[in-house]
Amino acid sequence: MPPDFLSNLFVFILAGFVGFEVIKRVSPLLHTPLMSLTNALDAIVVVAAITIAGLQETRLAVVLGAIAVAASFSNMVGGFLITDRMLRMFKSGRAKKS
Amino acid sequence: MTAATTAQLIDFAYITAAVLFILALKWLSSPAAARHGVLAGEIGAALAVVATLFNPALTEYRWIVIPLIVGAAIGVPLGLVKMTAVPQRTALSHAFGALSASVIGIAEYYVRAPHVTKFGMVEIAMEVVIGALTFTGSLIAAGKLQGIFPQRPITYRGQNYVSLAVLGAAVILALVLTLHPEFMRLFPVMIGVALLFGVLLVTPIGGADMPTVISLLNSYAGLSAALLGFVLDSKVLVVAGALDGSSGFILSVIMCKAMNRSFRNVMFGAFGQLPAGAQAVEQERTVRSANAEDAAGILAAASKVAIIPGYGMAVAQAQHKVRDLYDVLTKRGVDVRFGIHPVAGRMPGHMNVLLAEADIPYDRLIEMDDMNSDLAQTDVALVIGANDVTNPAARTESSSPIYGMPIIDVAKAQTVMVIKRSLSPGFAGIDNPLYYMDKTLMLFGDAKAFVGDVVRELSAMQAPAAAAGGR
Repeated sequence: MPPDFLSNLFVFILAGFVGFEVIKRVSPLLHTPLMSLTNALDAIVVVAAITIAGLQETRLAVVLGAIAVAASFSNMVGGFLITDRMLRMFKSGRAKKS
Repeated sequence: MTAATTAQLIDFAYITAAVLFILALKWLSSPAAARHGVLAGEIGAALAVVATLFNPALTEYRWIVIPLIVGAAIGVPLGLVKMTAVPQRTALSHAFGALSASVIGIAEYYVRAPHVTKFGMVEIAMEVVIGALTFTGSLIAAGKLQGIFPQRPITYRGQNYVSLAVLGAAVILALVLTLHPEFMRLFPVMIGVALLFGVLLVTPIGGADMPTVISLLNSYAGLSAALLGFVLDSKVLVVAGALDGSSGFILSVIMCKAMNRSFRNVMFGAFGQLPAGAQAVEQERTVRSANAEDAAGILAAASKVAIIPGYGMAVAQAQHKVRDLYDVLTKRGVDVRFGIHPVAGRMPGHMNVLLAEADIPYDRLIEMDDMNSDLAQTDVALVIGANDVTNPAARTESSSPIYGMPIIDVAKAQTVMVIKRSLSPGFAGIDNPLYYMDKTLMLFGDAKAFVGDVVRELSAMQAPAAAAGGR
């Protein structure tokens, strides 16, 4: 087993555990914004796409990399935008009265 | 600056981004702090992207900058869609996420091939298969939610065997490729089979099961990103993918519990068969119906009202009229609360977002269990476009396909009013005994128009004594 794999597995398990503990505490009220926010965070794949598109190893890699940059960056921009729009709408009744 | 120092700085930016991502999700635990979470996520993502652009190994920026502009041009309108379109937008973004993860895996295979190690091939094959099936599965889900494809489950005899055979073929191809990574012609075949499996996986699933499916696809999209992190040895992808994957997984479990169904049952057991004899019984029972004036009178006389919204409210775009109803009743001194079932609507939290969009304060949105413990003291339960999530058959009829599903038990309220287009059963095709109860009044009509009429009647009524005295 390559050493890279073991260290990645280590990180994966710990991050999954942290994710489980943190996300368990998110109120059902915010489950839709939770999904759009994790989508935007997942779009960090864009850094791998940028690298593939910029290394210019093969023509195919550049084409596929460019597609991946556009697809993931649209998720990043759109995901943060809509999450913020949703969260701005959630207002507490008490805060309004005071 | 030497290349080694730059590489270390880039890694440091990635670590910071990973920490900010975890904080972003942590802050989402309270609505008050949630927007800080978005900011943390944005800073983390920006930091990682900018740092990557400084990678000295990048030789050409044209095919980075143009796609970034294209991506932003697609992303901004997708970030500005109407709130009723959020479920299909979410499904589409799962598709985009899976698309980018799988094409990067594909590019990596062709850069390395035919000199791929067996271990590297396992990682690439898993990543590409999961990414590809999530891509087509999410596209089908988005199409169903947008109404391009029918929302009802599309089933045929032997379906599960066909789907399993296709999945088996993808696994076998992946295994052969692992043993012989140089069989490069098999790689596109494997991708094609995985794409086909995604279609077969989601096509038979009905609209009412979308909250689970969308969560499951969320978790697959995260998993494919994490696996891509394994392929490329990129820890920040592993972390972000693991967070996204565990979020989707937790939501799937919550959705399954809220329907008292297992994953297997959602994926392979499409609803749709009416229990024998259900239609015959329907005609014998009587239903009491009422018009907007009667409904307004009953609501005006109540002191505690619970509104139970469902997908029908979203379809009719009735949330702003519901807000007017909330306003006019609150002004009369009526205590109005909303009971939110976890699977009401088409994705987790769907109803909360729609009601928040209509400016209803979030402390009025009550979770199912809290609502249930309060319904016995409630004068009127008003059901708007919800069916199965209020169906008492889930508690009483062991032969019902939804038996055991937790419901919002509106029958406990003094009076029940249901706004519905007709008596036809909901997506699950299950008759609802609630409609034939003595305490139930059916309000037939379009949710938006009917609520509008009720609001007009209430506004026309004489104001309550206290308010009138003030003028």
